[in-house]
Amino acid sequence: MAGAGGGGCPSGGNDLQWCFSQVKGAVDEDVAEADVISTVEFSHSGDLLATGDKGGRVVIFQREQENKSRPHSRGEYNVYSTFQSHEPEFDYLKSLEIEEKINKIRWLPRQSAARFLLSTNDDLRINLWHLEITDRSFNIVDIKPANMEELTEVITAAEFHPHQCNVLVYSSSKGTIRLCDMRSSALCDRHSKLFEEPGDPSSRSFFSEIISSVSDVKFSHSGRYMMTRDYLSVKVWDLNMESRPVETHQVHEYLRSKLCSLYENDCIFDKFECCWNGSDSAIMTGSYNNFFRMFDRTTWRDVTLEASRENSKPRASLKPRRVCAGGKRKKDEVSVDSLDFSKKILHTAWHPAENIIAVAATNNLYIFQDKAN
Amino acid sequence: MSQKQEEESPVEETGKEKQDTQEKEGTLPERAEEAKLKARYPSLGQKLGGSDFLMKRLQKGQKYFDSGDYNMPKAKMKNKQLPSTGPDKNLVTGDHIPTPQDLPQRKSSLVTSKLASYPLIAVRPRPSPLPPVALAMPLKPSLPEPGSLHP
Repeated sequence: MAGAGGGGCPSGGNDLQWCFSQVKGAVDEDVAEADVISTVEFSHSGDLLATGDKGGRVVIFQREQENKSRPHSRGEYNVYSTFQSHEPEFDYLKSLEIEEKINKIRWLPRQSAARFLLSTNDDLRINLWHLEITDRSFNIVDIKPANMEELTEVITAAEFHPHQCNVLVYSSSKGTIRLCDMRSSALCDRHSKLFEEPGDPSSRSFFSEIISSVSDVKFSHSGRYMMTRDYLSVKVWDLNMESRPVETHQVHEYLRSKLCSLYENDCIFDKFECCWNGSDSAIMTGSYNNFFRMFDRTTWRDVTLEASRENSKPRASLKPRRVCAGGKRKKDEVSVDSLDFSKKILHTAWHPAENIIAVAATNNLYIFQDKAN
Repeated sequence: MSQKQEEESPVEETGKEKQDTQEKEGTLPERAEEAKLKARYPSLGQKLGGSDFLMKRLQKGQKYFDSGDYNMPKAKMKNKQLPSTGPDKNLVTGDHIPTPQDLPQRKSSLVTSKLASYPLIAVRPRPSPLPPVALAMPLKPSLPEPGSLHP
């Protein structure tokens, strides 16, 4: 938080200057539920960018190639395709409603060696689907107790290892991460590894478990590390060390003294995601007030940036933002009490090879690039 | 502030020591917040952080049909009748299947996403490297070019 001078932004040791590139979406006073973006994902080459929303619609953007008649359009993402992926269904047979929100989009590798995908939309089960068999799935994790009164923990996120297709991890509401090898047992209720940071029992509060709940887990591109996001921090774990994370980065520690209000307005249950840059040298995650945070793992510097319409002039540099936790507020600082908790950045994505990022701010998609790009 | 958890080195104030200090200072606001919450809701926290908050968490947002929930107990029950939600409408998973009257009304949203149409830009031919869309019928010369209406 001690800002490195000059507003330089971190990545891979070189100072970057993040600039506004594009924004997609309407400026709506009241945002319709259907327009809320629920997932953002670059394809493996980075040439395509997909978004999904709560209305079940997918929009795919494609990066423009160089065009002499429109020199500034190079590198812009423009609409390639859009479709209704999921429709709200009413199952007449069972008289029940089925949600259409897109929870996650995953691009398949071109030579699709991975023929399976995980679905973890519910809190208690992980199912494995073969891409060609759509009417049934294989249940691999089931933590539902016989009596719901005994429920103490739910699954919060799951992901396949990027290189070892038999390995998956899933995280829990208690802040634990379990690594499972599907080759060692068909039903992965018993884990191969259990990652958990021991808490200090003397400092436990009512909120401790809630804020330790892991909202996202992401493997590094190298497959050596994984990153977890809990309410206040991002942790990097070495897959060879289960006892504690190797890095902890504070996202918005100033919220610790606001937990009561955040519990009352349900914000404490917000599920923030996190992502790695292509070389795994930097990580990014969102926060409130349309702020998002980047941490450079090599220079150990971090920065807070904002996705806002006010700062949307083409190639305008993003100025680092600062939150004043207490005491005298300096010029250009934002005080904790004036943060807008309805403006939450839950979903971000980083281009796999370049310094281009996509940030979903409710119903708008912002694309930022490094000036040098 | 970021912290690296390394092996202990007693010579200088290490990252770990800084972390300990910060944690101790950090727990004071957390405890104060807990006291605030208990003062507002005295009945809360009978089971500290247990199923109370999990139930609140599971209830957050809309209740939806879960095919896993529907099919797993059905597989166990076979010929028995499926139970419907009893008096406890707060259970959203488990052997209780939500019935239509327990679900809020939903509107369908078969409208193009605004991400695909905003900001409004002039229609222009796209220099697309993608293969053209195959047409079912051959074009007559008087018909407009395909692909010219892409946003």
